[in-house]
Amino acid sequence: MNHYESIFILNPALSETQVKDVIKKYQSLLKDNGCKIVDTESWGLKKLAYSIQNKLSGFYALIDFQYSGEENIINTYETELKRDERVMRYLNVKLDKYATEWSLKRRSRVKKEKV
Amino acid sequence: MADLNTNTNQGEIRYLTPLDISTKNRKKYCRFKRLGIKHIDYKDPEFLLKFINEQGKILPRRLTGTSLKFQRKISVAVKRARHLALLPYQSDLLK
Repeated sequence: MNHYESIFILNPALSETQVKDVIKKYQSLLKDNGCKIVDTESWGLKKLAYSIQNKLSGFYALIDFQYSGEENIINTYETELKRDERVMRYLNVKLDKYATEWSLKRRSRVKKEKV
Repeated sequence: MADLNTNTNQGEIRYLTPLDISTKNRKKYCRFKRLGIKHIDYKDPEFLLKFINEQGKILPRRLTGTSLKFQRKISVAVKRARHLALLPYQSDLLK
């Protein structure tokens, strides 16, 4: 079982519902390919440290998922992200054991802050 | 030559006892080893600010005291944060 983390930055011109749609699209894409989604976070509109495609802000979204098997899914997922014009930037990372521990801790902290 | 020597001596302040200036700096240590931090999160730009200078460059470990193992992890984390526009590639007056 491998743990992965995917972050992407969406175009700030999108509306809230459109952002949700995009996140849902990738969630379902991963689910359909046999991944188990552990958590999704939406960081909302954030300022960028530098301009990407002449834009100074963007919607950040984070998907945490587990997948055991061949890495082909990740490749299809990445090509999908690349083709999507709404996605300005993305980063997929495979987490090692320390990182998964950390992500668990972080998630519980984030949830506490919400409550 | 003799004139020159007297001139330089005038400006000099002489102390009877040697001044007590500690030349030994406090020993640097790796904060990750000491605090038992095992993973460096690239999603936390506030924390990574400690390891970059005002221009956004990664500080050498001779200044921060980080061990080689964690310096490598820091450099990866900073580069990922830069890719995600959480940290700038170059800037001025970052701090």
